[in-house]
Amino acid sequence: MSLIEVKGLKKNYGALQAVRGLDLQIEQGEIFSLLGPNGAGKTTTVEILEGFRVRDSGSVSVLGIDPQIKGQESREWRNRIGIVLQNSADAGDLSVGETVEHFSNYYSNPLDVQHVIDSVGLSEKQGALIRTLSGGQRRRLDVALGIIGNPELLFLDEPTTGFDPQARRAFWSLIQQLRSDGTTILLTTHYLDEAQALADRVAVINHGQIVEVSTPTELGGRATAQATVQWRDGAQIKLEKTDNPTDLVTKLSTSFGGEVPELIVTRPSLEDIYLEMIGNPDE
Amino acid sequence: MNKIPSALIIGLRRGSLEIKQFSRQRESVVFTLFFPVILLVIFGSVFQNTIAPGVTFSQYFVAGMIASGLVNTGFQALAITIPMERDVGALKRLRGTPMPASSYFIGKAILIFASMAVQIFMLLGFGVLFFGLEMPTEISKWITFTWLVILGSACSTALGIAFSIVPKSGRGASAVVSPIVIILQFFSGVFFVFTQLPWWMQQVAAIFPLKWLTQGMRSVFLPDSFAAEEVAGSWEIGRTLIILLIWLAIGIYFSVRKFKWDRD
Repeated sequence: MSLIEVKGLKKNYGALQAVRGLDLQIEQGEIFSLLGPNGAGKTTTVEILEGFRVRDSGSVSVLGIDPQIKGQESREWRNRIGIVLQNSADAGDLSVGETVEHFSNYYSNPLDVQHVIDSVGLSEKQGALIRTLSGGQRRRLDVALGIIGNPELLFLDEPTTGFDPQARRAFWSLIQQLRSDGTTILLTTHYLDEAQALADRVAVINHGQIVEVSTPTELGGRATAQATVQWRDGAQIKLEKTDNPTDLVTKLSTSFGGEVPELIVTRPSLEDIYLEMIGNPDE
Repeated sequence: MNKIPSALIIGLRRGSLEIKQFSRQRESVVFTLFFPVILLVIFGSVFQNTIAPGVTFSQYFVAGMIASGLVNTGFQALAITIPMERDVGALKRLRGTPMPASSYFIGKAILIFASMAVQIFMLLGFGVLFFGLEMPTEISKWITFTWLVILGSACSTALGIAFSIVPKSGRGASAVVSPIVIILQFFSGVFFVFTQLPWWMQQVAAIFPLKWLTQGMRSVFLPDSFAAEEVAGSWEIGRTLIILLIWLAIGIYFSVRKFKWDRD
């Protein structure tokens, strides 16, 4: 059985059909990324999986449990998951160490507080009050609070919004570390390069349904899509689209007698494919 | 596999965390703990008249201030700060952990009780030192005082948590909550002698807990001869207990059933 199984999920807000018959399977140990434009039903789907929202119909199983359970069973279930939400900006008058230590008391088998603080790179900020942290440092604290319970499954919602490139790279390696420790991660993001860098599989969601599930390199036939070959010919930059870039490059190499000046071969980026798939968002 | 800590254990830890957090917010500490004392100094200095043989207005006012402190510190503070916590996503984050709702409520109750204890200590100190307040000597009055503070704090906490579902945002919360509390204070005989208020005001006040808390506090700090001056000609201790218990039950019901963890 998959770690997350969703079948025929539906959710309406009044007349608006936010999610219309969505199916999804996420396997143990993978980083799975959910992509989709605003209003596609992404947030609603994730919040149903997190147990924050009640579905209208369909079946949902997360770690073998229906997220709508209540009471003690719900606590047992939440003990096994971690959630990193968008915009949490609370408890500014507590220190990083105090906050992580406090949250560790909510779980049956928390990770070592010091280890978690070190692993998110906040060791030097341990005694600092939260309100003195930068945006990126706060986000790292959010992740620390999401993983302190040693979760089997971690929800990450837009984790690197507002990060500078350096901080994003550091954050990505933290997430990859978690995966190699065995944590399954459901990542929602607007950044296609982030999905490309982190995800084992991506799903594109639009109009409340899954459009495609694939690896980032194969999504939308990306791996076999026409390649663009670019080179310099005298004063001119030349571009050519082709199904057989190797042939073209060989031909060019022959005509230039070896090195092709300023040669670049590209396939469509994940972003190009994605934008093509979701079409005009106003449709 | 260890067990998940119990709701009570987490609640106690939340209580100490809430106190730690509160004590670092200098403005709220000053406002919550000193404001009632400042009011006491102002009213006690302005109104130095005697309202009955052996009873000064300041004595009457101290009793009212302790009672309304329970409402300010609990109901008002929580009905304003909880929507703020909701706005910044703090409540939603807690909802995503194994922490049960009851632990959150226990933590708030501990915070309110602790700050109430400090506030009462200061009010009584100022009252005795500067405004001729006399401490009761009978043990029965201290028993009444103790359960009034405990039940009053609990009631005020529960109603504050329950009312936190009303303000749409933290920014607007104060505008919704503060007028209610101020009007209630005027109607309940905190700033004026209750029996001198218009009949309809007394009737309205009698529905809400504050009137009963102030009357209960008067039974502790004023001489028993003053009981004859009350509306019913007695302190009505039994009725006070029942009304506070009813409001506590209402507060707990709405807190448990209707509490909002998220903005929408």
